[in-house]
Amino acid sequence: MDTLIGDWIGRIAEAARSGRPLAIRGGASKAFYGGPEQGEAFDVSAYRGIVAYEPTELVVTARAGTPLVELAAALAEEGQWLAFEPPHFGPAATVGGMLAAGLSGPRRQAVGAVRDFVLGVKVLTGLGEVLSFGGQVMKNVAGYDVARLMAGSLGTLGVVLEVSLKVLPLPVAERSLRFALDEATALARLNQWGGRPLPISASAWHDGVLTLRLSGAAAAVAAAQRELAGEALGDAEGEAFWDSLREQRHSFFAGDAPLWRLSLPSATSVQALGPTLIEWGGAQRWLRGGDPMGIRAAAAKAGGHATLFRGDQALKRSVGVFQPLTAPLARIHRHLKRAFDPQGVFNAGRMYPEF
Amino acid sequence: MSLQSTVADRRFAVDRQGLIRRLREVLPTPALLVEEEDMRPYDCDGLTAYRQLPLIVALPEDEAQVQAILAICHELRAPVVARGAATGLSGGAMPHPDGVLVSLAKLKKILRVDPVSRTAVVEPGVRNLAVSEAAAPHGLYYAPDPSSQIACTIGGNVAENSGGVHCLKYGLTVHNVMRVRGLTIEGEVVEFGNAALDAPGYDLLALVNGSEGLLAMITEVTVRLTPKPELAQVVIASFADVGKAGDAVASIIATGIIPAGLEMMDRKAIHAVEPYVNAGYDMDAEGILLCESDGTPEEVAEEIGRMVAVLENSGASGIRVSQNESERLRFWAGRKAAFPAVGRMTPDYLCMDGTIPRKRLAEMLQAIAGLSAKYGLRCANVFHAGDGNLHPLIMYDANQPGELDRAAAFGAEILELSVRFGGTITGEHGVGIEKIMLMAEQFTEAEIAAFHRLKAAFDEHGLLNPGKGVPTLARCREYTQARGGIAPAAPRY
Ligand SMILES: Cc1cc2nc3c(=O)[nH]c(=O)nc-3n(C[C@H](O)[C@H](O)[C@H](O)COP(=O)(O)OP(=O)(O)OC[C@H]3O[C@@H](n4cnc5c(N)ncnc54)[C@H](O)[C@@H]3O)c2cc1C
Repeated sequence: MDTLIGDWIGRIAEAARSGRPLAIRGGASKAFYGGPEQGEAFDVSAYRGIVAYEPTELVVTARAGTPLVELAAALAEEGQWLAFEPPHFGPAATVGGMLAAGLSGPRRQAVGAVRDFVLGVKVLTGLGEVLSFGGQVMKNVAGYDVARLMAGSLGTLGVVLEVSLKVLPLPVAERSLRFALDEATALARLNQWGGRPLPISASAWHDGVLTLRLSGAAAAVAAAQRELAGEALGDAEGEAFWDSLREQRHSFFAGDAPLWRLSLPSATSVQALGPTLIEWGGAQRWLRGGDPMGIRAAAAKAGGHATLFRGDQALKRSVGVFQPLTAPLARIHRHLKRAFDPQGVFNAGRMYPEF
Repeated sequence: MSLQSTVADRRFAVDRQGLIRRLREVLPTPALLVEEEDMRPYDCDGLTAYRQLPLIVALPEDEAQVQAILAICHELRAPVVARGAATGLSGGAMPHPDGVLVSLAKLKKILRVDPVSRTAVVEPGVRNLAVSEAAAPHGLYYAPDPSSQIACTIGGNVAENSGGVHCLKYGLTVHNVMRVRGLTIEGEVVEFGNAALDAPGYDLLALVNGSEGLLAMITEVTVRLTPKPELAQVVIASFADVGKAGDAVASIIATGIIPAGLEMMDRKAIHAVEPYVNAGYDMDAEGILLCESDGTPEEVAEEIGRMVAVLENSGASGIRVSQNESERLRFWAGRKAAFPAVGRMTPDYLCMDGTIPRKRLAEMLQAIAGLSAKYGLRCANVFHAGDGNLHPLIMYDANQPGELDRAAAFGAEILELSVRFGGTITGEHGVGIEKIMLMAEQFTEAEIAAFHRLKAAFDEHGLLNPGKGVPTLARCREYTQARGGIAPAAPRY
């Protein structure tokens, strides 16, 4: 494995010399996400395997090329999992890609996002250095939290070599419930329930139907089901439904119309911007098509932001994938990029066109 | 080597009179302290062994005043150190001799509590507990609960990424803060995070949490509020052997339980606390565990049953379950008063803060006992056992020549061992000045250099809290050489 990294360090130096950036690839399952890949493909999937896993420590350390399905299988054998339900978007998805994309699934509102579960990373910077930040323990405030910074950085700061993640026990019981509700009522209910200690682990509203998932101790799930009423889904049906959201196989996500992801304060009132699918108790809203500038403005006005999650290259180029940053934040971004990848070797333009 | 000297590694040529004149133009008279006797109370934080007078103390009343101070300091290249309630235990808020100490204590308005979105927007000087008190009428609270929560501020909590006895289940500060509004050293307003669950670009919110006042001045924080669980109950288990107590911790997690809190105290800590607060702890035990369950009554009953079974199997010599809320609070009161209780038994103490993998708790306790004998100093142990965060309290007397140095060396050995066990030198109290040299134990020179570059991305001239958190490369080399050229003990690539 050392020779592999050695080769990579050589390629990084070569890229810096030639000025031809490298486009880091794990399983290419999320190649659609972010700005278009530029420069030479740099396949890092060969650096794989679980390095350490100790169920009683609730920590797993894996090389970045490890397929997510392989990691999930190893955790499931011990009754544990990645509780933030990262989307795979394809069987080849890797641990490194999961971290770099920083995407979380249906349980995000209840348990946190990828970044909340990152304990440590080992990265290969644009200077060809292998650096470790964070570690394998739950609490660690030595040095700046570079490990969490890597979550969602889209490979622009370096090649993630290894990640340590907090894992959790699988929930003992789950139950999905369905309610016929209009959008405004569903949002109001979700926020009202969110203020009470109910074991809600996921929620989704689309087309007049609110679906909830309860997770936790059997007794708590049963008590909440009695109280909330609603129509119960069969176990398999429930599981298939949440999986269809997590992996975007639900019919809402079909077709070629641009897919927008709005991240908003959960109680933001109905945004009449087009067909919507709401998740995360109101905090994540999906839109198909619509006026890009109108969407970005509405998201900003509500205190959130909008991402062009899927769309063709022309649209991405014209409106940008991510909501533009304020001037001071853009400056800090450029400086941070320079701190880790001064010659702009990695994933040029993947996050913002400027770097 | 004295630790203060690491702060003085960077000196700044500041014209004090000129600086005072400029600050007088933007601050009301009472907001500026320049006489030594007025500044004296600001010369240290909770790490009282290390003291330093600043050039000037500023007590701004709003963000605009903070902004004006920063702009002037930036222009004149004067260092700035932020201070909340100064309960910090690593010297993070200790002043710089050439700079302005900015107290945020007067920025203490709770700007908004929104029960629908379950958030609160507060100024940095608001006390941790005040947030939960303001949220209580809505059945909500702010989950991170450092034992200092009556006094410590949200600004300090964010700067240290503080934890509490309930963070095993509810997370640290970084998991419960949605947005930080702050000022760059230039005095420009920046917002990290927002009112939603994520923000575009890099996760700067994660960086600012735990940045010890080195990246930005925090002027406003949006925190997430959590619904109060219907019921909470705590189990106290006594053990005749601390090793067994340590193993019980791993067994509880192994059964798939994530307790709302899982704390451990050894005999010395129990004997310090019990006469002080009458919490009802077993004075005959070598160690006790406090293990909490919360949720619906059904859930709690089920989980407490499982906890008790594991604790019995692990060899607990006695088990009690809190029978009502006042008893539960009394059981916790002992744990929360552990530091002041130990403080009554000794003229001075140092509080260590390493974190290790849970499975090595028993081994670490044994090692600490050995070190206590080696250095001839008493040590009481209070652990956030559930997440492997240790607080050995090393007792010493600063008036006895050499005792502080011995206590510091004792502490350093514990932290070096923490790193060697696969852990860290600080779980929640921060590096500050106290552990700055030990950073070289945990990080390579290349990593330390990366931290410096990161810092410069926010603060080009290094004016925010200089000499804290990250040692200079020269200091790193000094440390490594003093240790016979042995590179960091952490497992490396
Ligand atoms: C008895 C006792 C018990 C404790 N228990 C715990 C515990 O359980 N868990 C825990 O994590 N800690 C604990 N601590 C440590 C301490 O209380 C925390 O670190 C706390 O967060 C510090 O808050 P403060 O307001 O006192 O900050 P200060 O001590 O004033 O400052 C701490 C750091 O934050 C920076 N800072 C403060 N305000 C700002 C701002 N507005 N902008 C930028 N930087 C700022 C300072 O420069 C300094 O580096 C305890 C301390 C004591 C004395």
